[in-house]
Amino acid sequence: MIDTDIIIIGAGPVGLFTVFEAGLLKLRCHLIDSLGQPGGQLTEIYPKKPIYDIPGYPSVLAQELVEKLMQQIEPFKPGFTLGERAEKLVRINDNTWEVTTHKGTVHRAPVVAIAGGLGSFEPRKPPIYNIIDYEDNGVDYIIKDPEKYRGKKVVIAGGGDSALDWSIILADIADEVSLVHRRTSFRGALDSVEKVMELAQKGKINLITNAQVIGLEGDTNLTNIVVEEDDKPSYTVALDHFIPLFGLAPKLGPIGEWGLEISDNAIIVDTLDYSTNLNGIYAIGDVNTYQGKLKLILCGFHEGTLMVQSAFKLIHPNQKLSFKYTTVAGVNAF
Amino acid sequence: MDNIINIKIIDRNQTVHEVEAPTDMSMNLMEVCKSYELPVEGICGGMALCASCHVYVESDHELPEASTDEEDMLDQAFFVKNNSRLGCQIKMRDEIDGLVVRLAPVAG
Repeated sequence: MIDTDIIIIGAGPVGLFTVFEAGLLKLRCHLIDSLGQPGGQLTEIYPKKPIYDIPGYPSVLAQELVEKLMQQIEPFKPGFTLGERAEKLVRINDNTWEVTTHKGTVHRAPVVAIAGGLGSFEPRKPPIYNIIDYEDNGVDYIIKDPEKYRGKKVVIAGGGDSALDWSIILADIADEVSLVHRRTSFRGALDSVEKVMELAQKGKINLITNAQVIGLEGDTNLTNIVVEEDDKPSYTVALDHFIPLFGLAPKLGPIGEWGLEISDNAIIVDTLDYSTNLNGIYAIGDVNTYQGKLKLILCGFHEGTLMVQSAFKLIHPNQKLSFKYTTVAGVNAF
Repeated sequence: MDNIINIKIIDRNQTVHEVEAPTDMSMNLMEVCKSYELPVEGICGGMALCASCHVYVESDHELPEASTDEEDMLDQAFFVKNNSRLGCQIKMRDEIDGLVVRLAPVAG
């Protein structure tokens, strides 16, 4: 079990900077994120985009900002539970909240700061009405162990890097690999595209372009997919595994079921300290809403800063908090 | 009126919304939809990075060709057709006065 002062759900820029502000008050933090790396949207959606409204930086690449934030919080030794989605939030007693991830990792703290942005990133699921019936029975959105597909017939759908890379890897492992894509051209790294074309010519990858998978068939396990190609009647393909790889999209997910006041997919907070309707639970950054809310990294930094002041009073009700500038006190590492 | 164009947006319940959009505020169609509180998410804020503003262009206006970024993003979207575009990449200009678009369905 992980014990800390503040559990931060979401390791995006706002969650990260909150570690710094908490650290100045000698509060320890532990971050949980469903993604395998810190940075949230900045790393996952737009790492190479410049951001122009971070004070002091005329322009900074999203990924660079995340790296700088990681450097900035390093003295405060935050803990990380990455690649795990915060699933359950339970009050253990007056001073303790417990957050459990979908993998069962347990975290306890008197304060939880939800900095979950737009939610956790989940694979985009093709809109095929019965796809849920075959999840884990032939449909996989994520490839955990390529060995699973040894000697199998596999169909991958998608046109990006992951669809290309996995087609290349599985071409050597699976019995048959087909790649279905809605266009003839592929985005993604040039060498991956060339490699796929080469494997297609050698007959190691069956390339089905200008096409999409529109149906799934089978009793308990998936046995066939229905493919629709431009200007052709649709046809079925027999297979063992269908792997749609259409990237990730954020979903509010379990946060919506924790008893928090929600409006329009965001958590309602008091702008005094960004507290929610549950004592000890705060919400900062894109995940919260209040009158005049702006979804800006800049605003999230401000929210996290005020929030930790309130968290301090909750955690140490009998201690006086004296505010110190970093220019006077410096940054005293743990 | 100067600097105002008319656009027809058909929502997912087939309701037609005839809206006015300014051409001098560097707005795009996703932002126009949001400002009229139509159900368009625009998660990424207009960077062609989420496809949550996917629309079908139903009038025969000639729009500038989709950028590689836009095409790449449409690869990750569903219900994509030949007239699919991302609303955030359609800039409000005089040339598209009378544009008719339909909001694409939202997956799962």
